Amino acid sequence: MILDVLHAILVAPFKDMVGAPGFLAEVLIGGVASGLMYSLVALGFVLIFKASGVFNFAQGALVLFAALTLVGLMERGVPTIVALGLTAGVMVVLALAIERVVLRPLVNQEHIILFMATIGLNFFLEGFGEMLWGANVKKLDVGIPQGSFKLGEILVNQLELTAALTAAVLVTVLAVFFHGTRIGRALRAVADDHEAALSIGIPLKTIWVIVWAVSGIVALVAGIMWGANSGVQFSLSLIALKALPVLILGGFESVPGAIVGGLIIGVGEKMGEVYWGPLVGGAIENWFAYVLALVFLLFRPQGLFGEKIIERV
Amino acid sequence: MIYREAGQFKTTYAADQAIFPVVQDRWVVVAAVVAAAVAVPLVATEYWLQAVLIPLLIYSLAAIGLNLLTGYAGQLSLGTGGFMAVGAYAAFKITTAFPAVNILVVFLLAGIVAAAVGLVFGIPSLRIKGFYLAVATLAAQFFLIWLFNRVAWFSNYAPSGTITAPPRTVFGVMVTGPDASAGARYLMALGFVVLFAVLAKNLVRGRIGRSWMAIRDRDIAAEIIGIRPLRTKLLAFGISSFYCGVAGAELVFLYYGSAETFAFDIALSFLVLFMVIIGGLGSILGSFLGAAFIMVVPIFLANAPHMLGVAMSTALQKQIELMIFGGLIIFFLIVEPHGLARLWQITKEKLRLWPFPH
Amino acid sequence: MSQASGPLLAVDGVSVRFGALVALNRVSLEIRRGEVLAIIGPNGAGKTTLLNVVSGFYHPYEGRILYEGKDRTWLRPYDVAALGIARTFQNVALFKGMTVLDNVMTGRVLKMGGSFLQDVLYWGPAKRQEIEHRAFVERIIDFLEIQAIRKTPAGRLPYGLQKRVELARALAAEPTLLLLDEPMAGMNVEEKEDMCRFVLDVNAEFGTTIALIEHDMSVVMDISDRVVALDYGRKIADGPPAAVRKDQAVIDAYLGVAHDSTGGGLDGPLRNLPQGVAAAKPPLERR
Repeated sequence: MILDVLHAILVAPFKDMVGAPGFLAEVLIGGVASGLMYSLVALGFVLIFKASGVFNFAQGALVLFAALTLVGLMERGVPTIVALGLTAGVMVVLALAIERVVLRPLVNQEHIILFMATIGLNFFLEGFGEMLWGANVKKLDVGIPQGSFKLGEILVNQLELTAALTAAVLVTVLAVFFHGTRIGRALRAVADDHEAALSIGIPLKTIWVIVWAVSGIVALVAGIMWGANSGVQFSLSLIALKALPVLILGGFESVPGAIVGGLIIGVGEKMGEVYWGPLVGGAIENWFAYVLALVFLLFRPQGLFGEKIIERV
Repeated sequence: MIYREAGQFKTTYAADQAIFPVVQDRWVVVAAVVAAAVAVPLVATEYWLQAVLIPLLIYSLAAIGLNLLTGYAGQLSLGTGGFMAVGAYAAFKITTAFPAVNILVVFLLAGIVAAAVGLVFGIPSLRIKGFYLAVATLAAQFFLIWLFNRVAWFSNYAPSGTITAPPRTVFGVMVTGPDASAGARYLMALGFVVLFAVLAKNLVRGRIGRSWMAIRDRDIAAEIIGIRPLRTKLLAFGISSFYCGVAGAELVFLYYGSAETFAFDIALSFLVLFMVIIGGLGSILGSFLGAAFIMVVPIFLANAPHMLGVAMSTALQKQIELMIFGGLIIFFLIVEPHGLARLWQITKEKLRLWPFPH
Repeated sequence: MSQASGPLLAVDGVSVRFGALVALNRVSLEIRRGEVLAIIGPNGAGKTTLLNVVSGFYHPYEGRILYEGKDRTWLRPYDVAALGIARTFQNVALFKGMTVLDNVMTGRVLKMGGSFLQDVLYWGPAKRQEIEHRAFVERIIDFLEIQAIRKTPAGRLPYGLQKRVELARALAAEPTLLLLDEPMAGMNVEEKEDMCRFVLDVNAEFGTTIALIEHDMSVVMDISDRVVALDYGRKIADGPPAAVRKDQAVIDAYLGVAHDSTGGGLDGPLRNLPQGVAAAKPPLERR
């Protein structure tokens, strides 16, 4: 009996994998694609955390809000390009508002307080977005090629490919930004210590607005990808929760880490669901990512790319 | 001037460390509890009992549980819904398997089961802190809900995974099931929450509460002083989960009547967290205030437009509710991070002088 | 070697590293029973690291720590506390959310046994114990003259009082060895005098062995029996205060270059500073 169970867990799935390599490739690609989608959301988190030390729980709501605004504008007949530009503008305005109303009054509080404020922000934006644009599921079409084509034996989805390329471009741009420019350095200083950064003359408010605006644009991109994939709906903000395990694996402060973490979670989830899921009745995607993150945390609390935490007394 | 402490000298340490050192406080609270137990069931309508007071008492209990873990011990948890589910399903299994056991005992046993589960999910808290711990508790939340969904044994193989509270009596009075009166259920919920609130207060004013707060404020210094972090944190997880487990069981047995796992999903975790933040982290009174506040807002939103003569769809209501909750969290965190409880304290301090300006 | 005759604490060839940074480099020293030992050295010398490794918060890369003759190198901090070692911290680690009274009561946690059930009911032995401990803590509060602030949340106190509350919290544990990390930092002359008086009282009345990190040389000269000097993680001097203040290595460490020739030692460049405790008043009396 025990041998059967062990066999089912440790042997059979691998035999399945080897037995149908084409299928395995599809699952892997599917995992990579969904992983990159997670990464796009996680990138927004990382930006804000890296630059202000704030763990922005509302990132998912930002993604939802961006997507809702875009679709809402397009539904009212605004041409795609204009709608994109307008939405980007809306996200910048939103960033300004968030900085003024939420961040500035809480500037010197502990991180946990800021985190909880972003939880509040999350709910506020969800309600607000829905109130403005309605709660029904919407289709999002910004001209990204849908459909798939075959690469040898493997089915490749064009949308997922586009998402992957977009993610790659974004990551490169952001990595260069953070390490190559003066503003990037200032952002890193702010993330380390608000007060110290203020005291050497870094314009905190401007920096925060920039960061949240950029993050808003990233959220818009993520929103487009997710929206085109599965329609724009309320559950989009729950995607943010999924991004948390990605951040844990990749570290909260690492742009490449967000990608790697996303890939690991995406692939792990898909493979787990396809090959091990049937053993326990399926739907393990609900919790697999979190348990994976939890196990990971036990061994390496700072994530793959994070810095080792040295505590001082 | 009305709320005067002048003339109240404490001559013993015992008096100083009482739960309500100021005599007026003591009388007011005792009177409130007596009124709640005696007057309310006589006066309140069925609607008020069923729709407002019973859930208020149940949520207060859950809020106390989360407050002990997050407010006093500083361990952020987003798994409250999951632990409440454990209590609910455990109570269901125990009472359906052993119908002769008194439902009061069943609730306590369900709490103990929830405590055990809480202990397991609290083990990572030694290595993991802060936001990371919150994510770990999310693992608990999602996993537990999935478990109760998937494994039909938990709901006794009911078709949609629903659990239904069977009729049970206490001292001959029907307290659960379709025939139980709202008054009986209300009194049971009241009894539990008052008892557990007192126990919680005893815990937090003594050595265990201090150890929790020490870990919350400066865990490294606490360890160097001699507090054992794992033991202290596990105790917090265990006790908090006990409270949440009992609250979860009450939620199904005394309020909903029957429920699916959906009732315990992540939204519930956030709801209880909101109660604790708005009410005041690290305050037993705050747990009650926060629960009351969260209950009042939807009622207000449901009725206010009526009274103002404006029509509002339920969808819009829900959206405004979300916005108000979210906005209030931010408001409280900015203005008074210690929540309603602190505002209440400040009011009392002003009352000491009123009507004099200073 | 019986416990009574050997040193209370012996640090034997201890090295502590953080990655490539060597914070302590084969440091050996003793703390003898009943003495007041001062640890001095420029910033970054490793003084706090030394206390941290004794507290069990860091563990050494090499070397041993012996307490009462037994090897205690790998104990966890709470076990070290159970041995009777208490300490204060350089950056005041009070529990800001709790009142002064609660902070000091927390210091007494190791003396509080009791079962969980009794705690929950706050009944019988638990209540009696709480009252007894409260009485003891009140004596410490009287001793350190902080009665007026006992119900104030610790986070709201001025720095000097916070330092005093931290001392109270350490004393609440009735320690055999008390480690103080810059207990007089940021204090004015009067506050320093008070603290010196408290430290000496604790040493004299309770027999507590005390090791303190201190920058103020006049304090060091006044109250310590022996002085250990560290620099860049190494011990550079060890002996009675008068000897250490004239030690060339110590002078170089603090001042960097050759001193002037007016009698040398730390009197030289410091003689133009406002006359502090040491110069203006006779050394505090030791009972």
